[in-house]
This record gives sequence, C-alpha cells and structure tokens, in this order.
Amino acid sequence: MLATIAARLGQMAFVMFGISVLVFLIFFATPGSDPAARIAGRNASPETVEQIRHDFGFDRALPVQYAVMMKRLFVTRDLTSFVNRGQKVIPEVLDAIPATLSLVGGAAVLWVLGSLAVGVAAAALRDTVVDRGLMILTLIGISAPVFWLGEVMNLLSQSRYHDTWLFSWVPGLGYVPLSESVGGWFKALVIPWITLAVLYIGIYGRVLRANLIEAYSEDYIRTARAKGLSPARIMLRHALRTSLLPFVTMFGLDFGALVGGAALLTEVVFGLNGVGRLTFHALQNLDLPVILATVIYASFFVVAANAVVDMLYAVIDPRVRA
Amino acid sequence: MSPLLDVRNLRVTFATDGGPVTAVHDVSFAVQPGEVLAIVGESGSGKSVSLLSVLGLVDRRRTTVEGQATFRGEPLLGLPERALRRIRGRDIALISQDPMTALTPVHRIGAQIAEQIRAHERVGRSKARDRAVALLRDVNIPMPERAVDRYPHELSGGMRQRAVIAMALSCNPALLVADEPTTALDTTVQAQVLDLLRRLSAEHGSSVVLITHDMGVVAEMATRVAVMYAGRIVETGTVAEVFDDPWHPYTWGLLDSIPPLTGPRPRRLPSIAGMPPPPGRTEPGCPFAPRCRAAMPVCLRPPPEQVAGGHRALCVLDAPARAALRPPRVAA
Amino acid sequence: MTAAPLIEARALTREFVLRRSWLPGRAQMLRAVDRVDLAVHKGETLGLVGESGSGKSTLGRCLTRLLETTDGAVVFDGQDVTHLGARGLRPFRQAVQMIFQDPSSSLNPRRRVGDILSEPLAVHGIRSPRDIPVRLRELMDLVGLPASALDRFPHEFSGGQRQRIGIARALAMEPRLIVADEPVSALDVSVQAQVVNLFADLRERLSLTYLFIAHDLGVVRQVSTRVAIMYLGSIVETGETDTVFDAPAHPYTEALLSAIPVPVADPAARRRRILLKGEIPNAANPPSGCKFVTRCPYAQDLCRAQRPALRPLVDGRLVACHFPRAGTAA
Repeated sequence: MLATIAARLGQMAFVMFGISVLVFLIFFATPGSDPAARIAGRNASPETVEQIRHDFGFDRALPVQYAVMMKRLFVTRDLTSFVNRGQKVIPEVLDAIPATLSLVGGAAVLWVLGSLAVGVAAAALRDTVVDRGLMILTLIGISAPVFWLGEVMNLLSQSRYHDTWLFSWVPGLGYVPLSESVGGWFKALVIPWITLAVLYIGIYGRVLRANLIEAYSEDYIRTARAKGLSPARIMLRHALRTSLLPFVTMFGLDFGALVGGAALLTEVVFGLNGVGRLTFHALQNLDLPVILATVIYASFFVVAANAVVDMLYAVIDPRVRA
Repeated sequence: MSPLLDVRNLRVTFATDGGPVTAVHDVSFAVQPGEVLAIVGESGSGKSVSLLSVLGLVDRRRTTVEGQATFRGEPLLGLPERALRRIRGRDIALISQDPMTALTPVHRIGAQIAEQIRAHERVGRSKARDRAVALLRDVNIPMPERAVDRYPHELSGGMRQRAVIAMALSCNPALLVADEPTTALDTTVQAQVLDLLRRLSAEHGSSVVLITHDMGVVAEMATRVAVMYAGRIVETGTVAEVFDDPWHPYTWGLLDSIPPLTGPRPRRLPSIAGMPPPPGRTEPGCPFAPRCRAAMPVCLRPPPEQVAGGHRALCVLDAPARAALRPPRVAA
Repeated sequence: MTAAPLIEARALTREFVLRRSWLPGRAQMLRAVDRVDLAVHKGETLGLVGESGSGKSTLGRCLTRLLETTDGAVVFDGQDVTHLGARGLRPFRQAVQMIFQDPSSSLNPRRRVGDILSEPLAVHGIRSPRDIPVRLRELMDLVGLPASALDRFPHEFSGGQRQRIGIARALAMEPRLIVADEPVSALDVSVQAQVVNLFADLRERLSLTYLFIAHDLGVVRQVSTRVAIMYLGSIVETGETDTVFDAPAHPYTEALLSAIPVPVADPAARRRRILLKGEIPNAANPPSGCKFVTRCPYAQDLCRAQRPALRPLVDGRLVACHFPRAGTAA
C-alpha cells in the first residue's frame, strides 16, 4: 500500500515537472519572440527589457533559464508581474485561493446533494412525470452557459428586483473574506454557488440516474428484492452504493479542475477575486509571470485530484483492492 | 395434505417492442411440504419466468401476470408489495443462477447475510453476525469467522454459491427456489453444492423448487419433476415415473439425447430435430408438434391431458400409442 | 495408435504474469500450462477434459498458436512451429482451425454469413473467385444449413445454428486438425446432440482430426477415441476413452466421473459418489508434490513429497499418480 502511494507521488512529481517544462517552453522559448520583452509587458523601456534579460538569464542557455524561472517562482518567490507594477506573483495567487476555494467548496456541497436527490428521484420514479420533468430541468441546467446564467442572476438580484424582499439581502458583487464577516461571506456567495452548481447538478443528476437504472437490472438487485428488503434500502444501500463509483471519480476530477481555476467565468461574472479571475485578467493583459504561475497551480490541482481519485477508488471499490 | 405452494393457470406476458409476448401459458403445479420439485426445460421454456413471476420479482411495469397462486393457503399472486416483501426472504427464499453476480459487490458477505436476517427478525447487529458465521459454517466454508468479512469477489465460484445458499436459509424459509444453482459451477463443485442443498433443505425442513436444464440433477435431487416446453408444462410426475416411463415425446427426446456415461455408445446420439421455439409463439395446437417424431394431423389442435394418478402429460398419445413408439425403460 | 502424431505439445509451458514487480524474479506468475506433453494422432479425436483452472483452453490456444508459449514446443506434422513468424505460419494456420465456445461472440455481427465464409477462401487462395459460391453452398450443405443462410446475419440465427456457421468457417479452410474449445457447452441439450452428431459425421466424411476440449464428460465420451484429463496445468491421465471411463486410474478422474449427476431414477444404478474435499487450489500457488494432494481421498506421504510423472500402464494409458486406482504399471 505504502509502495503504491510512494509510486503515485513519484508519478505526480514527474508529471508536474513535465508540465512546468512544457509551459516554460511555450511561453519563453517559442522562436521569433523575445521573452524579456514579453515579461516586461507593453510599453516598457529598452533599459527595463535589458534588465529583465539579465535578471532572468535569458542571455544564457535554455536549461539555465528554466532553472532561474523555477527558482524565482518557487524558492525565492520574488517573481514579479511587470504589468502590474511590481506586484509579486506568488503572493497574489495565494491570496486568490480562499475565494476560489469558498466558491467551489460551497458549490460542490450544493451540487453533490442536489444531484443525489435528482438522480435518486428520477431513477426511483422512472418514466413518470417527475422523471421526465427532472430530465428536462437538468438538460436546461447543462445547456445554460454559466456566464449567461450568472449575468441573469445578477440582473435579477442586483438591479431589477434588488429592492424586493427576495433579493434585498444580496450584497454588491465581490468576495467577502470569511475572516471579515461570516454572514457577509455567506450572503455574497449564495447566488454564485447556485449558479455554478446548476450545471453540475444537471450533469451528475443525469449520470447518476443512468447508472442507477443500469444497476437495477443487475442480478444482485434481484437478490436483494428476493431477500425481502425495502425499496428504500435496495436503492440506497445496494444500487446507489455501486453507482457511486463513477460518480466519485467524476467528482474528484471536476473538483480538482475547478479549484485549479476552471470556475473562471463564475468568478468574473460575480466579481470574486479568485484564481480564475486572476487568470482571466492576466490573459487579457498578457501578464506572463502570472499566467505561468496560475497554469502551474492549476495543473498541480488537476494532477493531484487525479491521483487522489485513483487512490480513493481503491477505498470505495473493494474489487480494485485485489 | 394441502400443498405449500399451489400455482394454477399461470400466464405471464411481457410487453416488448414487437408486441406482447406470452412466455408462460397456463402453467399449473404444486409443491408439497418436504418435497423437491424439479422444473426442467431448455432456454425459452419459461421455467425461471414462472417462479419469478409468482414471487413478484419481474418488472411489474412490463409484465402482466395472470392466474392464481397460494402459499400456505393464502393468496400470493396479486398480493401488495409490502406483504410480498414479508414473505420473500423469510418464507420463500431464492437462490439464483450466477454466483458471480448474485451478491452485491461492495458489501461484505457477512453484512449481506445479516441484512436479510435483520430485515425479517428483531435481531441485534452482533447477534445477526454470529448467526451469519454459523450459517457459513453450516455450508462448509472454511474459517467462517474470517469469511464473514470477505467481499464476494474474494471467494471462488463454489464458495460464493454456498454463501448464497447460507443467505437463503438464514430465516429458515419453508420454500427454497433454486434457479439453476449449479449451472455456472465446475463438475466437482457442483456435486458438493447439490449435496449441501439436499442435506440442508432436509435439515431445515424446507421444500425446494429446483429449476434446471440438467436431467441428471433432476434424477439426483428431485422427488417430482415437471417438464416445461414453450411456456407449458408438458409432463409431470414422480422422478421414477417420468424417467422410467416418460409419456411425452419431448421428454423422450430430452432423455435420449443425453450422451451416456456408461454402457454402449450410440453411433449417433438421438436428437430432437429443429430448435426450441422463441417465446411467444401463439399458434394453437401442440407447441412441440413441429419437432415431434410422432406428430399427427390432430396435433394441430390443442392437446388433451393424459392422466394416471400424479403422472400427467399434455399429449394426444395414449398408453398403447406410446408403447408402440417407445417401450418403457425397465429399471436396471 | 501407432500413427505418427499430427500435432504434439512437447514440454509446453504457458505462464501469465499476475503481479508485476520492480525487483527481478519477484513477479507472481501463474503457470496455466505446466510442461505438458501431449500428442494428437491423425484421424483420432482426442478429448481434453478439465475444470476451470485446468489449463485446457490455454493449452488449446497454445497448440493453435493463438497464444505464445512461454517454454516448450509445438510440433505440427514433424515441423517445429513454436517460433515461426506470421509468414512461415501461414500453411499452419490453414491446416489447424479453431472452433470457439460462444458462437455469438466469435462471428462478426456486421457481416453476412456468406462474407464471413468466403473471406478465408479468397485470402488463402483456396478457391478462385469463380468457384467460391459453389464451395459456400457445399459448406452449408456439410453443416446442415440451407443455402439461404449465406445472405443473413449471425444474429438472425439460433445458438445451435451459429455454432454450425462457426464449424463451416473452420471447414472452409480445409483444415487437417480442428481444435474445438467447448463447442457445445453454450447450447441447449437437444441442440447439443445435433451438433455432436455433426462433428461425428464430419470426421467420417472429411477424415478430420479433432482436439475436443470440454468439461462435459458425457459429450467427451461420445465423440472421443482417446481422452486426456487435465488438472491445474498438468495432464493426469490419458488413454483410450473406454479404458479411462470404465476404470479410471487417477483419483481425480475417478472423482470427476462420480461427480456427474446421472439421469437415472434408481439411486442404486448410480456410481458411488466421491465427494472431493476443498476447492481447486490457487493455480498461482500449486501444492508441492502431487498437485492433487490437497483434495485426494487417498493421499499419502509420498504424494506430498514427490510430484508423480506421467507413467505408462500395461493397458496403454499414461497416469501421473503414485497409487493409480486401476491398471498395473508397465
């Protein structure tokens, strides 16, 4: 067991290294461009560019450049964003993490509970009005683009109906740190949570329904019925338990990707200064150091999530442990 | 003696894309307390479907079940689901065919056995576990205290089937329905499992309905046998009656086409021409007529029943006609 | 019996890797076929019998070179074909054909029967394009199917008919040896008899040699002239069918025969049932000494210490047992 974990971590480190090299090469070693000029950003003086070139070692060999970059990124952590007037990159990313975590974490709770309810209800009441209705709703949830839904929610809650009892509690756009005010933090996040969760409830609800229906045609469900167990018990302890396996795998990967910054659109629409929003602005401004940092941060989370899900699979599916 | 399970005029129809398909036509049989009734037939004969429908284990939305069935004198068919659930697992238990898929893969076998016990009896968790261990010991699973915590995939096919038998017997059911319990098992393991089944059902005093396609298994295990073909019972009787003096040409075919293990080897194995009909054939007349070597024009009409005591056959051939076609086998 | 063997397995071994290991030599191996010597003579039907884990299917696949051997040799008609490449193997592939257990999954569902059968004829140049339709009708005739079957798809047929198509496909190559791997196990009893008869007919008409792999002893007895019993990767007994069935020498054969439920109502007419204790041991970890020692009702100390080799008996059989139940050692 320990050996597999060690092997896994080794694999992870290897993949991370590979990604960092790839990102570095893409950003800094594409022929026909001057990385120093890119880092300096637009409208930089030639002296600045020359200074950067020296600092970053762009006048030296490629592996050295890579090493220098990684050192500034991880060890000394003094990589600065020139576009943003010397703002240190790593602290900037670290500061943005709580917002992303809050958004994604809360949405995840909502979407897991929601999709379980939807999936179980739809499968149990298969082919009835309830089932069909839920499937239509989930389809809408999947099709409605997150940014559109978010803007619509904003429209309703911030401007149009802001004064009604329904939305009067909604604060202005932006993130309220937990340390500052728990109530504020909560109120600022409720609507973003719902917006982000809607899409995933749609996907997961449908997947769960399909898995449950498939599980029901299995022999062991017939055995369970022949044992005289109640339908609730059969659904929850036998059908759901086996259908959870693909559910958990998907969840791990989606959660990892979202924490890594894939909730970009939601953060931008709701003005939450998380990692996604940071990446968004950096892309708009072509702020290379920040992009480099966020890409590596994002890939770390995806790789980590992958590894965790693999190991988790062995925990929840006894057949894999063999 | 009144029968434990009495099924009359059972008719099971499935709704399919191609229209309604009748898998079981007018099937009647009875199981007496303490006996083993074998229902034998090939694929498509409706043998499994009959029992599953009586127990309410078919897809209710797509299946229509008509007829009457009583269990211990009380009506079984048409019983509301809640009442059926009380009977299932406690009074009537099912052992299904494939031990690989019959148990839930993510729960330990001890937990699955205990679950059944606790669904029907007010028993605490540790007591239920103790009973599970005892049951596993009864079915000769080695080291039952450890086996109880194993997952189904950690056991071999034979062990799994024994665990399934243990689970089925956990609440001391009056009736065991065993659906091809040894088909998926190796020959030597099959012998062990059949022996176990015979011993335990006798010990618990349970009657058994044994669904199988293997005539050898029937001879070994059963007291009475019903032969099914195309959704109908074509012959019923005690094992001695049906094996030593079979009345129906299909039974003849079934018995003769088994390659013998001892004695002279036939140059060609007698076989039944053609193949079993797909379920849902609705033409009137004897369903076996197209393949029957004794078929006559009168077989286009629904066949009468030949009766002599408990021995019945759905065939137009009477005793002299049968004797002319196939002299009865003398018991060796 | 004195004819030269058509195909031979010499010390044939096939291992599978169960668990990989970084350390060399520490990987867990499963020896599915363990140094097997077996010969199939021209014109005979050798029945290969065993339960799950016996290695009979693996042996069959190694003999047809569908699986590579880990060690040992496959000799066909005097020629060592164990390591031949695809090109050198071509004549072998035509001469040795395999019929599989599940007719549903071994026929391409997207192709018509006629196409399935004509492909090998064209590829191997067995018939010119002009003669193919005639040959196809001949094949259908041989297996007892109507010519109209050629235009239909496999799913339109029943299990028994699909198996006949599978046989026709094997026959299309005009093989000399057919290895049939559980060809009737998936069929209903009434259909089994038909296909078994077909095998017998074809052997007579076409002078075929068969290796008939099955677990059903009744069927094996019906079709085989000689029989070989396998247990946990090794052959434990081989001999003429009647000799083995009437008086089995190896305790496993004896137990296997006694385990079969007999369709006779009178209990006295049945064989005395020998119930083996325990289960088939884990093939990855076979017992030391005789592989059958953990379940053998007659096991003695010698059996635990020394693995018996296949030794001849006076009646011509070979048995791997220190204390055979019948026959005298030669």
